[in-house]
Amino acid sequence: MRPQIGFAALALLEQAGCTVEVPAVQTCCGQPAANAGDAGGARRIARQVITAFEGFDYVVAPSGSCAATIKVQYPELFAREPAMHASAMALAGKTHELLSFLWDIRHWQPQGVALAASAAYHDSCSGLRELGIQAQPRRMLGKVDGLELRPLEGSTVCCGFGGTFCVKYPAISNAIADDKARAIEATGAEILLGGDLGCLMNMAGKLHRRGAATRSFHAAEVLAGMADGPAIGETA
Amino acid sequence: MRPNLPPFQERAGAALRDKTLKLAIDRTTGTAERNRAVAVAAWPEFQSARDLGRDIRAHVVNNIDHYLVEFERNAVASGAAVHWAATADEACQIVVEICRKAGAKSVTRSKSMLGEEIGLPHALEAAKIERVETDLAEHIIQLAGDPPSHIVWPALHKTREQVKELFAASHRDPGAMEDVEAMVQAARRELRAKFMAADVGISGANFLVADTGSVCTVTNEGNAELTTTPPRVHIVTAGIEKLVPSTAHAMALLRLLVRSATGAELTQYTTFHTGPKRPGDRDGPDEFHIVLVDNGRTKMLGDGLAEMLRCIRCGACLNHCVVYRHIGGHAYGGTYPGPMGSVLTPSLDGLPASRDLAHACTLNGSCQEVCPVKIPLPTLLRGWRDRSWREGLEPRSVRRALWAWKFVATRPALYRAVSAFAVLGMQLFAKRGWIESMPLAGGWTAHRGLPAPASSTFMQQYQARKRAAK
Ligand code: SF4
Repeated sequence: MRPQIGFAALALLEQAGCTVEVPAVQTCCGQPAANAGDAGGARRIARQVITAFEGFDYVVAPSGSCAATIKVQYPELFAREPAMHASAMALAGKTHELLSFLWDIRHWQPQGVALAASAAYHDSCSGLRELGIQAQPRRMLGKVDGLELRPLEGSTVCCGFGGTFCVKYPAISNAIADDKARAIEATGAEILLGGDLGCLMNMAGKLHRRGAATRSFHAAEVLAGMADGPAIGETA
Repeated sequence: MRPNLPPFQERAGAALRDKTLKLAIDRTTGTAERNRAVAVAAWPEFQSARDLGRDIRAHVVNNIDHYLVEFERNAVASGAAVHWAATADEACQIVVEICRKAGAKSVTRSKSMLGEEIGLPHALEAAKIERVETDLAEHIIQLAGDPPSHIVWPALHKTREQVKELFAASHRDPGAMEDVEAMVQAARRELRAKFMAADVGISGANFLVADTGSVCTVTNEGNAELTTTPPRVHIVTAGIEKLVPSTAHAMALLRLLVRSATGAELTQYTTFHTGPKRPGDRDGPDEFHIVLVDNGRTKMLGDGLAEMLRCIRCGACLNHCVVYRHIGGHAYGGTYPGPMGSVLTPSLDGLPASRDLAHACTLNGSCQEVCPVKIPLPTLLRGWRDRSWREGLEPRSVRRALWAWKFVATRPALYRAVSAFAVLGMQLFAKRGWIESMPLAGGWTAHRGLPAPASSTFMQQYQARKRAAK
């Protein structure tokens, strides 16, 4: 959807001293199947992911919910298959969400990155509650010259995305997203930042429909100095 | 589930359109959320208290047979009569029978979700026994003819303005009702004579204390005392999972319960009832009956839902649920709403009628985060989703879409090709970066814009860059 987030992640990981590869055999982490209750289907895709990443030291995803699926759901999916469970645990142990990986594991900090803007940060639920990501993105963004982080009321409250939830229960999802959009608008911030594209698209889409001028970026784009171009939903 | 309900989506839609309901929900749950946050922040040992709470409840659930026998022995020794009910119907029959034997024309009742679960209000009505609710909120919903919409505040869906109108229309002497206190007084005037005239009082239980055979109830209005002390006969209906080993355990859980529910340090009234009136006691009932209700609880133990039996009914998961905060309690359709209700209702009323509940959740995890006994509610909801899938209850459209998606997602080359094709296709519907409507995307675009994807995928661009670098 937004290749730039992938390239921002790539750039940041390289700055943090990693050699990065993007295996072509990967597709998706299988979250849609796991959340639909199709455990068998989710296991099929999980096996594929586990094999694809066998040879690497770390697996990094620019999304808390994808990382959490691998770290938390995979071991549960294979709870009754000891051999696969061990492989799932091994993958879970080396898988990280991008922002927490940069800060906690690589001790990376932005240097000479600047963006003159006021921003509100939304804590996506999977990253926050399953992986404990809250301080890391704020610390790194705090080191971006000219960026003012404004407190967002209810920043840890779900935005109403929830994967397929948002299309299965559109009216409920909309009511939740509307509250979130109002809270974002109330900060008066020029940009909205987050660490999960799904949630960002939901919030950006709602802000857009409400006629708000808020622009939305993945935090990695800002940290990689790539937030000078079009925001989510803007054309060049 | 309540009979003759429209489908979940319609119930939720109606609730979402009701702006007064949203106001009512926000007032009560918002206050509860803020007060809880203050109480938790002022309690440095809160996290270890949660661990203890989880351990106490898990221990009881795993040894429930032992504690049931111990409780019964001690309750009987204190003079109580203990009855066992396997099902909701059995429990109601036992209660109605006790009322009949006592010649009761009216009973007073204090708030009990178990009473709602087993359908006791209807059973009493069918037996032509007048039911007088002593809890203000229960009185309100009885007048309005509504089921409870929250497990702690049953009348949460009514604003005080609506309650005022209701009282003005149905009380004999409503008075001016200038504030909430005056409304409480209006209800008291209406009901006090009935409280005193009732032959039987029926209450629930917050805890059943095994080593003393006592029943612990907590309320904020002191109404449970009105139910349980003046009448000659006191009946307690309680789920078998309400057991705790000792009073000390009950107190440890009580601290968690009250702070999680309202943020208060303790409820106004905490009462331990042990047996009937003894010679020399100033008050108390002549007969003290305890009806222990299973109604699917032992089945839950075997169904992978043992963790749910730890629940102490504090309501925090409801107050912190974004879905509950928008649709309120009635849309859930069962006795128990919110996250805990979405786990319990499929077990109590069957999965086919309630499969939506497990899905109408964003899996954001707030409920688990606030639960004082650390119940992994999202995991249990996922369990129901898995089961619904296995039992073929998921709609055909969902199964087909997921089948097609899996077909593609298990074939990396195809996945790349389809993604590349899809982003091109989506371009056709984009105007200045946004898709405002598109076939198959109505669920999204009805309420928000869909950001148009870039014209090529990350994988395409990445591979092109790699080729260029060579
Ligand atoms: S599930 Fe937990 S948070 Fe919800 S009512 Fe029960 S004890 Fe309270």
